[in-house]
Amino acid sequence: MTIDDGSRSPRSTSRDLERYAGLFAQRTRGMKSSAMRDLMAITERPDVITLAGGLPDTTAFPIDQFRQVAGELTGQAARALQYGPTEGMAVVRDCIVEVMAAEEMRVDHDELLITTGGQQVIDLMCKTFVDPGDVIVAEAPTYPGAVPTFGAYEADVVQIAMDADGMRIDELEEMLDRLDAEGRRPKFVYTIPSFQNPGGVTMSLERRRRLVRIAHDRELLVLEDNPYGLLRYEGDPVPTLQRLDGGNYVVYLGTFSKILSPGVRLGWAAAPAPIIAKMNLGKQGADLCSSSMSQLFVAAYFAHGRWREYVRTQIEVYRRRRDALLDALADHFPREAEWTYPQGGLFVWATLPDYLDTTDLLARALSEKVAFVPGRAAYLDGRGGSSMRLNFSGVTEDDIREGVRRIGKVVREQVALYGTLTDGVPAAPTARRTPDAPSNVLRLPEREGRARRAE
Amino acid sequence: MSRVAVLKGGRSLERQVSLRSGARVQDALQRLGHDAVDIDVGVDLVERLRAAAPDVAFVALHGRDGEDGTVQELLELIGVPYTGSGISSCIRCMDKVLSKHELRDAGIPTPDFYAFTQTAFRELGAAQALPAIEERLDFPIVVKPAGQGSALGIKFASTAQDVPAALVSAFSYDDKVLLERHITGTDLAVSVLEGPDGAPEALPVVEAVPHDEEFYDFEARYTIGRTDFACPARIGDALTDRAQSLALAVFDVLGCAGFARVDLMLDRRSGELTVLEANAIPGLTETSLLPQAAEAAGIDFDALIGRIVDQALARAAA
Repeated sequence: MTIDDGSRSPRSTSRDLERYAGLFAQRTRGMKSSAMRDLMAITERPDVITLAGGLPDTTAFPIDQFRQVAGELTGQAARALQYGPTEGMAVVRDCIVEVMAAEEMRVDHDELLITTGGQQVIDLMCKTFVDPGDVIVAEAPTYPGAVPTFGAYEADVVQIAMDADGMRIDELEEMLDRLDAEGRRPKFVYTIPSFQNPGGVTMSLERRRRLVRIAHDRELLVLEDNPYGLLRYEGDPVPTLQRLDGGNYVVYLGTFSKILSPGVRLGWAAAPAPIIAKMNLGKQGADLCSSSMSQLFVAAYFAHGRWREYVRTQIEVYRRRRDALLDALADHFPREAEWTYPQGGLFVWATLPDYLDTTDLLARALSEKVAFVPGRAAYLDGRGGSSMRLNFSGVTEDDIREGVRRIGKVVREQVALYGTLTDGVPAAPTARRTPDAPSNVLRLPEREGRARRAE
Repeated sequence: MSRVAVLKGGRSLERQVSLRSGARVQDALQRLGHDAVDIDVGVDLVERLRAAAPDVAFVALHGRDGEDGTVQELLELIGVPYTGSGISSCIRCMDKVLSKHELRDAGIPTPDFYAFTQTAFRELGAAQALPAIEERLDFPIVVKPAGQGSALGIKFASTAQDVPAALVSAFSYDDKVLLERHITGTDLAVSVLEGPDGAPEALPVVEAVPHDEEFYDFEARYTIGRTDFACPARIGDALTDRAQSLALAVFDVLGCAGFARVDLMLDRRSGELTVLEANAIPGLTETSLLPQAAEAAGIDFDALIGRIVDQALARAAA
């Protein structure tokens, strides 16, 4: 590479890249390219119906409100254009107190850190607590977006199975005992108790109480990720872990992404003040502070007091879409498939017979111009190969029906092909399934979903 | 200086890999002083090619459409010279079943295999023949789609019970699949590049040494630092010569032009070399093997790209 020749772009040759490769930190080994990620890039084509996203629908945001809020921002131009405090602006922390109160949680200003999206809370938790090889306990399956973060901090992630009532606390206790016997203490338990991503299930109140008790007894931190708690389409709200715990061992992750907009990139951590202080230092190193412009936008928006109204309209839209998805699954998926029945949130988790690999199925589905997230993205150990995550929040009802019809067609085709290949021999479990897998695969009887829809 | 259209992207499953290859090619062409126009291949390809009126097209596409002769056919039709192999050679390389037959007929060693279409299973009861195949190939058996690159859709079946699921996966990518005897040993790649005189030369052999994966899969291929490469391969002079002459024979049998990459295995048990497949348009990304081999031969990336373009222009002029 020459540096004196200003006329040519001094881009790298392969030899230079080989040199960089030797400089990369060890932890980048945990950051992988994946076939899946490349396949997902194809889903961005406009002609593909994608149930692979996790996007809220921002199209219904009242445009006059946006204009009004943006107009008010103009009056604070100098402040909007300036750096802000690392912990976030006090006016936004007031908004957060209000949002958390909507789920009956109490929090003080010094227990809050405003972050750049909820994702930053996961990163800061790892940065603050995780040394290479430290254990993080997560659900199986877990939020696919947390997987690369855990990997980048070289955490040893242990995943605990779920059922219709969320994380299996009995299995959690067994695992904690086993780790204890090995002299290993998990740094935290990561959970999305309400309308789990990608599982779609909600942790029961009884299990929440047990989890909080375990956290107290074992002095164990819990990271409660609650992006969808307010997006409930039916049933009674279940208290958050933060509320049950009173903010001692639970670090709470909230976000404006699903109740307002992911575009503002604002989330928060609510945690005991000493943890917040340490995370604050971590955030200084990452980005000094979250966008002042976004924070003033949120503050102005909340000042109008109509955020609850917007959440209500979103709930109406999402409920219809969820129902469209569940109906389409019942119509188009073969009887061998099973899926969860979410009472809120954005996702349904469907599991196919274990001889089908959903990463390969995605390649086939893409030729039918439809996409989903293959289940393997939600595991760190290669499990989840026969499952898929389906999103309903960011897709119209018509597209949901058509998308599921197309996936169903491909699935039926492959089920039939497998039948032909095994020539009527009943589908035996394949070697891909590990001996303990049955209890680790999240399954909900299909019948339950159907029965609910019939009401 | 020539006007070069770099064809990249496209709609194949290897789109992202192709975008990386294409971007590097474009940079190299610019450094070489060519006028490079990049085209993300789509429905407007013909229109854009006509508008760009290039002297030559650099086909940096991988997988379906780009590597299987489709785009080459179009380029011939509208009279744009292009880099690399011609239509029939692309077809032969892309279809692993066809290429393995050609190799076997020519006496070039390739692992034993059986190939089937979906129709054979659906309508001709081919499933009945699976036990006989399994007996002849021994486990583990590798199941591959006939026409897919970057190791996508490749599955290992360790027992008879795994075979149907592996077949279903492979059929997700192609209507034709092959069951192949699994060779345990060393992954080798020999790139072939035509010299300035048009005679093909085998470049130094590259040996892939994955860090922890059982086999050289997609992740291992495209993540920098995930796989170590030894170039030249640590296999001794005799085997190196043999690998290179096999690669040249494959290049010849399949009718390749310009450049290609031949993947081989050194069988740990027998100590023999065997040819897995040939790639008409091998990857040109940071972690790809052809650029590494060229580098080892003293041909840096820019010189490699320059030579490939010159060959295409010379062929068009001939």
